[in-house]
Amino acid sequence: MNHWPFIIAAYGLTFAATIATSLWAWSSARRAEKRAAELTGRE
Amino acid sequence: MHAFANPRRFLAIAVPLTPWCFWSGVALILVGCWAGLFIAPADYLQGDSFRIMYIHVPAAWLGMGAWVGMTIAAIVQLVWRHPLAAIAGRAVAMPGAVFTAVCLATGSIWGRPTWGIWWRWEDARLVSMLLLLFLYLGYLALARASAARAEAGGISQVTAIFALVGALNLPVIHISVTWLNSLHQGRSITFSGSKIDPSMLWQLGLTVLGFSLWFVAIVLLRMRALLAENRIEARLRRMARG
Repeated sequence: MNHWPFIIAAYGLTFAATIATSLWAWSSARRAEKRAAELTGRE
Repeated sequence: MHAFANPRRFLAIAVPLTPWCFWSGVALILVGCWAGLFIAPADYLQGDSFRIMYIHVPAAWLGMGAWVGMTIAAIVQLVWRHPLAAIAGRAVAMPGAVFTAVCLATGSIWGRPTWGIWWRWEDARLVSMLLLLFLYLGYLALARASAARAEAGGISQVTAIFALVGALNLPVIHISVTWLNSLHQGRSITFSGSKIDPSMLWQLGLTVLGFSLWFVAIVLLRMRALLAENRIEARLRRMARG
């Protein structure tokens, strides 16, 4: 049995999850910090 | 410890620390995975499929380690009533859940060429890890539901108690390969040494360290987001009052 399709699937899934989590964490922090800064200026 | 619980002081450390942890983690992950895929020799018994270990073990480590972090945060929240501990617990939950799911998926993919099956319901290790994923989903749902009413970081004391009760599953996962019925191999790395050949081991050290640093960066980003959301909520309430 060729193991490489299984290896590629496992690594692909892990990298996809890592990239998606990174983008979500970064964008939600950036959005919230920007909004908090805007509100501080308005107050 | 109490000094770092001040959100202002925490942010002064977290903001510059985040990119360092993130990029050093990413670099170690890439080098470790490349070395695991192309430098490590094939296993005498499992062949090439063992290379999934370099991502499966860090995923398991993060999935279980994250719940340990949530348990510590819950204790600090309940005993010392630190609002930052509540935020830390909530920040850890989502990436912990993602990597528990990754651990289950990569384990299943590894199981097919190694054991000949994707999944086995009688297997204590597999089922206890699946239970951990459900516990994460329960924690996230509870934290979300209590966010509107909670005083500290959108997390209630009930959520902290849920984290403590869920921690009972961690020793079950740990002992499942030795005491209970499991196809999963026994512990390869213990305090007394490693059963893995050094030519295959150092790559694992790189990926475990890399994913851990990356995870710290993600938790710091989540904590920054939750702190900012709390500030927004407080300011909107003040502005509404005039």
